[in-house]
Amino acid sequence: MSIVKLNNNGVKNATTFGSITGLGNLKFISRSTASSSSNLSITSGIDSTYKEYIFFFNNIHASTQAHFQVNFSADGGSNYNVTKTTTFFFASHNEAGDSTSLSYQDSHDITGTGAHSLGLSFSSDSDAGGAGYMHLFDPSNTTFVKHFIAVTGGFTDSDYYNTNYTAGYANTTSAVNAVQFSMASGNIDSGTIDLYGVN
Amino acid sequence: MALVKYNNNSISSITATAGMPAGAMTLIKTVTASSSANISFVNGTSSVVLDSTYPIYLLEYINCHPGHSGRVDFQFNLSADTGSNYNVTKTTSVFHAYIGEGDPSAVFTYYAGQDLAQGTGYQVLGEVVGNGADEGITGYMYIFNPSSTTYVKHFMCHNQYIALDGGGNAYNKSDYIAGYGNTTSAVDGINFQFASGDIDAGTFKLYGIKDS
Repeated sequence: MSIVKLNNNGVKNATTFGSITGLGNLKFISRSTASSSSNLSITSGIDSTYKEYIFFFNNIHASTQAHFQVNFSADGGSNYNVTKTTTFFFASHNEAGDSTSLSYQDSHDITGTGAHSLGLSFSSDSDAGGAGYMHLFDPSNTTFVKHFIAVTGGFTDSDYYNTNYTAGYANTTSAVNAVQFSMASGNIDSGTIDLYGVN
Repeated sequence: MALVKYNNNSISSITATAGMPAGAMTLIKTVTASSSANISFVNGTSSVVLDSTYPIYLLEYINCHPGHSGRVDFQFNLSADTGSNYNVTKTTSVFHAYIGEGDPSAVFTYYAGQDLAQGTGYQVLGEVVGNGADEGITGYMYIFNPSSTTYVKHFMCHNQYIALDGGGNAYNKSDYIAGYGNTTSAVDGINFQFASGDIDAGTFKLYGIKDS
């Protein structure tokens, strides 16, 4: 008996191959676009589907210079107040080239339920827009706390470039199912936050 | 009617499945250095995509070994004119951690000797990289929205390598470099090189991260 061999055209309408439901390990889930937004809240797509989620921040432009920050929800976005313990340090250098810094920022770490800084003093200059990413691990787990690791970069109104490194955990064994990003004051004038799941 | 079931051999000729969702991270191009003066990724050249197709690009440089006869800096620059000139103005911050193979005194500090303040020259990704047969530099870089004509172009790198001091002693060194190409023109080219001599060997990968 001859083997029947399929070609690309023969499977173009197939959406799964048995247990294979997609290709690649980084899956785009959603894009949130700011437009003079008081915050960007992501209330869907964060569940047990993936063990790791990555948020990419692109050209986060502040309406007025402010810290870019995050908070987590364990009730689908009704409240963003999950207790967190974090560390924060940053490297800074100005365009004038006469000032540098590498320092732990104990005014920007947190043990509490408030929003946590991801990036310091994002400028509102017309060509400014912070960028970066945040990994959130196993948010649906009901046994362990929820770790996150973030790196962002942005420059200030006074032309300092800050690279911000922060990590910590949401100290809850409830599932985290929503994440909110905002500026410490003013709006997110524009920018996008893309959410990905990692297989 | 009996159900026809296909096996792996039946689908061995399949190279594309239009109906299946693809991954969000797309390998655009891999370039292998072999005594190369430099390695460039230029939009529209040699199948390279470095434009608005993707909002974020990831570059990996793996086991880049210098052809230079001694320790040498590994560096990169950006182009806003499809590779004709690599001279985009940059402001960056750099900090590093290192420890010697024979010197357990670790150092962790900001490193002003490697940052740029509105400089157009090459940004050093790894300083005094060793040229021993088993030495070299490995790292990765994210570039955000290089095609934007509104915003500056942020990049973030983490590089790991063996560095040599003046006496040839080996150090494990990790450099954290971030900054921005201070231009509102689209960035459409990126170039890697050693400050002197060729890239004897190394693998360079360019990925695009989709937003759909």
